[in-house]
Amino acid sequence: MAGQDFRTCPTTGLKVHLPAENLIKANAVAAVLLLLIGGIAAAGVALTRWPAIHLLPADWFYRILTLHGLAMLIAWIIFFEIAALYMGASVLLNSRLAAPKVGWLAFLLMVVGVLLIAVMVLWGQADVMFTSYPPLKANPLYYLGVILFAVGALIGCLLFFATLYKARKEGTYPHGSFPLVTFGLACAAMIAISTLIHGAAIYIPAFLWSLGFMGMDPAAYRLVWWALGHSSQQINVAAMISVWYLMGTLTVGMKPINQKLCRTAFVLYVLFINVASEHHLLVDPAISNAHKIWNTGYVMHLAVLASMIHALAVPAGIEVALRKKGYTSGLFEWLKKAPWSNPGFSATALSIFIFGFMGGITGVTFGSEQVNITAHNTWRITGHFHSTVVGGTTLAFMGATYYILPLIFRREVLGMGWAKLQPWFYGIGMILMAGGMMLAGAYGIPRRHWDIVNFGGSPFAFTWDPTVYMWLSVFGIGALLAVVGGAIYILVTVGTVFFGRKLE
Amino acid sequence: MSISVPDKVWWKPIDKEEKIWLFLAIIWMAISFLWMPIYHFIGKQNPSNESYRVTREQWDTLTDDFIKKYQVKDASGNLVTMNDIPVVHPPAGSDVYLEGRAWKWWPVLELEKGKTYRVHLSAVDFQHGLSIYPLNINYMALPGYDYIITMTPTTSGEFPILCNEFCGIGHHTMVGKLIVK
Repeated sequence: MAGQDFRTCPTTGLKVHLPAENLIKANAVAAVLLLLIGGIAAAGVALTRWPAIHLLPADWFYRILTLHGLAMLIAWIIFFEIAALYMGASVLLNSRLAAPKVGWLAFLLMVVGVLLIAVMVLWGQADVMFTSYPPLKANPLYYLGVILFAVGALIGCLLFFATLYKARKEGTYPHGSFPLVTFGLACAAMIAISTLIHGAAIYIPAFLWSLGFMGMDPAAYRLVWWALGHSSQQINVAAMISVWYLMGTLTVGMKPINQKLCRTAFVLYVLFINVASEHHLLVDPAISNAHKIWNTGYVMHLAVLASMIHALAVPAGIEVALRKKGYTSGLFEWLKKAPWSNPGFSATALSIFIFGFMGGITGVTFGSEQVNITAHNTWRITGHFHSTVVGGTTLAFMGATYYILPLIFRREVLGMGWAKLQPWFYGIGMILMAGGMMLAGAYGIPRRHWDIVNFGGSPFAFTWDPTVYMWLSVFGIGALLAVVGGAIYILVTVGTVFFGRKLE
Repeated sequence: MSISVPDKVWWKPIDKEEKIWLFLAIIWMAISFLWMPIYHFIGKQNPSNESYRVTREQWDTLTDDFIKKYQVKDASGNLVTMNDIPVVHPPAGSDVYLEGRAWKWWPVLELEKGKTYRVHLSAVDFQHGLSIYPLNINYMALPGYDYIITMTPTTSGEFPILCNEFCGIGHHTMVGKLIVK
């Protein structure tokens, strides 16, 4: 075993495999670059949907909205998750990455895939939105881009499992049990593999359909597509909660209060969270009510139970750790004295709050049979998933970045004063933005709509309940705050990677 | 620590506080689990359960016949349209047809308050999303599927119908009308 392939981390004492570290860096850099692209698109979309500004023309609005969805939901999050997987398997277990070259192949496929997607969308060859529902058709190269990206991500997941196997075989860690974070990430990777297989089951037929080799039934497409679309968000949930445990430990030295409980909750995710994808089809033809109720009801609540367990375990673990530091007076001294000026901690705390209270509760509600009649395709849905995947997952990943920069990139975070403010801008912005979306959506404001004021001059144009405009303004102000928070994040990260003081 | 290997034996009993939380959570989940099917039977508004496959030709025949038969005529016998879309007044309690096409809801339906209709919903080109304002009722209209929604209007007035599924560059211009007399 060549010793020069490793360095020892002075903070954690972990042995870091240098080829693994390079791959983590590459995937993290790609993630942040795509967050930048997705963020610029987000600003364009938000400033157009805010009627006070209505920035972009219709064609560019729909194009940029498609780009925003793909850059954020696919590229930024999955690149970051692949980086997290390599870290969980290699760094946390003191192990070498099983096959770095395969890791680079996966990275290459993902980069080529995302470039193909971006070029097709910006070239106007794929004005089909994130969901690309047939009969809307994109250029075949668009579907090919998604397939290449997914194959790359699948290889990344397999490399993660190969590394776990190697670490175990070589005995790089004390005994059979993984650290909780690695365990959670393994659950995320299992969900990812099942998700990506569903992705193949819909994007390969869609690719062939776009080439004219086969027909495509709109209802069947929706059914299979959502087996991908719904469960891909569950990868984010499992990865985000793993990051919560990681950040709890890094920021306040938290220990899981009961390993049995936390790990069982992760297993519940693997077993049960992938069902319930018919949430998205509750007001569709072609599927019977009995099947919809069965699919969205039967074991889904065991996955929600898992979230309830984490909702206790993570804050309780943080509380115990802070009380051990001596903040024991009264019920809430620990909360007051928590390291709120540490961006890693504040981002995690805000992520827990936004995901749990705004995202989780609305998700379970909007996914119930009758409520869905009033929520389907309105802005309530968009508000819901911005609470889960942006206020939750993205914010948690941002918080983790403030530790990845010193620990993996070995650079001191540049502009720490700005970094301290960043999660607050982003988190509060997201609360206002997603809240505004959900409340405007409750009045029927549709998602994916360019002009809710004049309806592009339609003779049937009408006016909304005036309350809607207040929520639209709350949305707009929130979006601006979030854009500022996102910009600070990107400036701090890029600045640190290039100009931060080097650490040993 | 969440990032280090746990004790060799980590399968340890759960504390009392966690047990209470777990118990409450399980009760809550059980209620949520049961409530959705229960409400399906006691609630008055459920998603429709009736749909059929329909070819483009079949659908066109059905809608053309429907519009020819029931299009409203004014005092001098001329066919009434609204923004070039036929206005149709079907008999109370009958089967009515509503079609999503880029970028119109076709035709304008005139229904009677308190009467129950079987509304056949479909789309001919892209997927469209029926969204009736201000009640905020949303259903999908998919090409190839005849989705039947049984509907009893309870308020008279004119109700805009939006499209809330992206259907191409003119999507936002797709506004229709439902009239209840």
